[in-house]
Amino acid sequence: MKNVYKNEMKLEFLSKSCNENFARTTVAAFATQLDPTIEEIADIKTAISEAVTNSIIHGYENTEGTIYIYCKLTDDYIEIQIVDNGKGIENIEEAKKPLFSSKPMLERAGMGFTIMENFMDSMEIESSVGKGTKVTLKKVIKKDAPIKA
Amino acid sequence: MQVQYIKKNKMLIFKLTEEIDHHTSEKIRKRADYEIEIHIPKKVVFDLENVTFMDSSGIGMIIGRYKLVSLFGGTFVITNVNKIVKKTLEMSGILKIIQIEDNCCIGGNNIEECV
Ligand SMILES: Nc1ncnc2c1ncn2[C@@H]1O[C@H](COP(=O)(O)OP(=O)(O)OP(=O)(O)O)[C@@H](O)[C@H]1O
Ligand SMILES: [Mg+2]
Repeated sequence: MKNVYKNEMKLEFLSKSCNENFARTTVAAFATQLDPTIEEIADIKTAISEAVTNSIIHGYENTEGTIYIYCKLTDDYIEIQIVDNGKGIENIEEAKKPLFSSKPMLERAGMGFTIMENFMDSMEIESSVGKGTKVTLKKVIKKDAPIKA
Repeated sequence: MQVQYIKKNKMLIFKLTEEIDHHTSEKIRKRADYEIEIHIPKKVVFDLENVTFMDSSGIGMIIGRYKLVSLFGGTFVITNVNKIVKKTLEMSGILKIIQIEDNCCIGGNNIEECV
């Protein structure tokens, strides 16, 4: 069977806050192959930053762990999975609610999932307590109508 | 980040730069709280002109500074918000409590004239 994906990329890095910039910048650079607008790039960067920050703060609770990012491109969308082997989410529905944060004392706004959901075209969360969390994000990069010669 | 304190009107201005995420928010938070606590300003301005990226960590950090300044009886505003930063601010709903005030401190030279 033919693979629908045109290109793929994997990243693996330690859960250090200085890697947040590295992760979002790298994914954004990979996404440029789809010729996105500046706004689309900003949306992707923000969503990746949210997911990676969550793995660092909530998944690994600032201890050392590994974060994995899997990126795939088709002709018109990018799919990104952000995976950690951290503590997992007990109640995903509650976690997704705007303003919900299990760490409000750390000045968390509780807006990460809301931003991911709104800035991307789809968001899926899989998580199991004690095992880890996988967030799958997808963004369609709108192509201009092809110009016929 | 550049910090400016204008004694005359007790205004403290933070000119933030580059990307505001979880990593950089920690540093901004420490510096801002230090300056706010020593000056007890009447007004604090976060100038976002040179900010190229902001996520929810930035939102949390801004809300935290707003609360601190309010605690001391001061006002807190943000200024020079570009399109990309504005999208995150709007999504987060913080514009309901934190005001964007444009032209409150354009350029270093006019700063003295601001009220
Ligand atoms: N990777 C993860 N591992 C474990 N728990 C998570 C993970 N990601 C999110 N959560 C849980 O879901 C909640 C909501 O996440 P969300 O990103 O929306 O808000 P936040 O991180 O608390 O605040 P903000 O993102 O605004 O700084 C978190 O408070 C946390 O309890
Ligand atoms: Mg978050």
